[in-house]
Amino acid sequence: MTRSAEVQRRIYALMVLMKAADDRLSKGIGTGEFICVYWPSRGQEAIAAAMGISLRRDDQLVTTYRGLHDLIGKGVPLEEIYGEMMGRTLGASRGKGGTMHIANPEAGVMLSTGIVGAGPPVGVGLAMAAKRKGLDRVTVVSFGVGATTTGSFHEAANMAALWDLPVVFVCQNNLYAEMTPTRDTMKLEHVADRAAGYGMPGVRVDGNDPLAVATALDEALNKARHGDGPTFVECVTFRFRGHYFGDRMRYIPKDQLDSALAADPVPRFRAHLLDTGVATDEELTRVEAVAAQQVETALQTVMSADAPSIDELDRDVYATPIRFPV
Amino acid sequence: MDSKEMTMREALNLALDQALEKDERVFLLGEDIADPGASGPTAGLSTKYGHDRVMDTPISEAAIVGAAIGAAIDGLLPVAEIMIMDFIGIAADQIINNAAKLRFMTAGRTTAPITVRTQVYGGLATGATHSQTLEAWFMHIPGMKVIVPSTPRDGKGLLTSAIFDEDPCLFVETIRLQGQKGPVPTDPDFAIPLGQADVKRPGTDVTLICYGRSVHDALAAAATLQDEHAVSAEVVDLRTLVPLDVDTMVSSVRRTRRAVVVHDAVRFAGPGAEIVATLQAELFGELEAPVERVGARFVPTPAAAALEAQVYPSPARVVQAAQRTLQSAKAGIHG
Repeated sequence: MTRSAEVQRRIYALMVLMKAADDRLSKGIGTGEFICVYWPSRGQEAIAAAMGISLRRDDQLVTTYRGLHDLIGKGVPLEEIYGEMMGRTLGASRGKGGTMHIANPEAGVMLSTGIVGAGPPVGVGLAMAAKRKGLDRVTVVSFGVGATTTGSFHEAANMAALWDLPVVFVCQNNLYAEMTPTRDTMKLEHVADRAAGYGMPGVRVDGNDPLAVATALDEALNKARHGDGPTFVECVTFRFRGHYFGDRMRYIPKDQLDSALAADPVPRFRAHLLDTGVATDEELTRVEAVAAQQVETALQTVMSADAPSIDELDRDVYATPIRFPV
Repeated sequence: MDSKEMTMREALNLALDQALEKDERVFLLGEDIADPGASGPTAGLSTKYGHDRVMDTPISEAAIVGAAIGAAIDGLLPVAEIMIMDFIGIAADQIINNAAKLRFMTAGRTTAPITVRTQVYGGLATGATHSQTLEAWFMHIPGMKVIVPSTPRDGKGLLTSAIFDEDPCLFVETIRLQGQKGPVPTDPDFAIPLGQADVKRPGTDVTLICYGRSVHDALAAAATLQDEHAVSAEVVDLRTLVPLDVDTMVSSVRRTRRAVVVHDAVRFAGPGAEIVATLQAELFGELEAPVERVGARFVPTPAAAALEAQVYPSPARVVQAAQRTLQSAKAGIHG
């Protein structure tokens, strides 16, 4: 499927924003400018940008702790993300959830999970609700390859297929489950092959090519939207900064990292836009400058915001506060 | 209020039936809960409301609760069933890390007001993996409410409250109580607020604090204490462990100055530990005797009936514990 120049530029703008947001965190944490815990998404931008243009606003997303790019793609304001990561009142949850637990239902981000494999069952329930309400909304559950080795994923995939639920399982296969190579965690060569076991289609795409990902997503979304059940989409990619920020990545062979960096989806898509005449170098340079500025503004806004007040500890534990023996 | 004699099973069925009837958002999901396979409190409901609203699921406890959470985030009121409480470990991550914490972690932007119904199978010689009484696990999780009814009336009233409560609720049923009968209000609006203990029998000499099946041991013990020992025991049924009705519990013991906590959960680190700690903090100096605890022995539940009978509390054990509180050194000094 060919995408309009406008859509392709939007994809690039999203990718650049995701990259800039990650780069700025890396710089800030690395230099001691600020402190926050972070599971970097750098390298996986093509997948999230494709979701960004393929999902409707009312489509829902369940993502994970490695969710910066997914959240940006789905339209969560950067201030809410950074604010949550840095424990400020501007955060999506006023700093009460933290990096791993960001939700913004207005943007369709219903859940971010810190437990590997915990998201798919919840995605199934969101899809059940859509079906029950007669909505043509789709729930995308995004996760890494590690999630697919959990029982929780297996239960959810089986249920989604059994009931033809409007779910798309997006596996961002960055070739590692935390610090262990994928090949050491499963007998199958391709994660997408798992789908056959559930009676759902499994497709495998180059996760560094946003257009390929968007094409696969559109087909899966369309199918789900029309009552034809779930699809498993494996997007093969890489994460450049390891499992968590500060990961020394001793377990990643140098040549593997080098070739992954050489296939960095952001410059690659930039080159594609130039080669195909979709945009000029000047235009793209401007997009990059805008993204960097946007990130910096968000960061400074967050840094000048307050930490949450102590009384937040008594709020939101229960709908109405309960008195406990002290 | 019109009331009808029925079993606990029928009372719970009526609560589910009326909830399904009055609110489209309510639906049930679980293993073998739809007809013709259903034999517990959900029997007949799929025939009445359809398999869309009373859904049989695969054997997938994590996904049953996880799917309930997803549907609840989206505004529905799911009632998930974990057939036997011992299976709840498989769903524990969803309960503990998603349902209980969402409201806090998202500052109220998402919530999961699910009800998880489950059943304790103890006492049926089903062995160690089909007998456990595990409510203490979930009392330990901020965000969860924990409910354990003892009578058909309480079962209906509390389940109705749980289904429509804004917080996730664990509703613990007991297989040995499902057939017990009692009067039950039939009004669909009948509900018992969560967090209100009930004095099941008034008394003046010692307070028996209990919930769920142990309420019946306590009531039997109270009758024996009265008839054979001229001791007046007050029976306080907590009904919900979270919220815990500290006021009712403490005001009873303030009067009687002696207490025995009874539960089917193992005694060591059981719910009674928290209750006793609360009582001593509130009533230190007013107590005539150390608070006694009667709970299951700290062993995996044995299968052989002869052994299993030794594990759980019994009216006789409650009587003995109550007598110890009446014979303690301090009580002796006071005459």
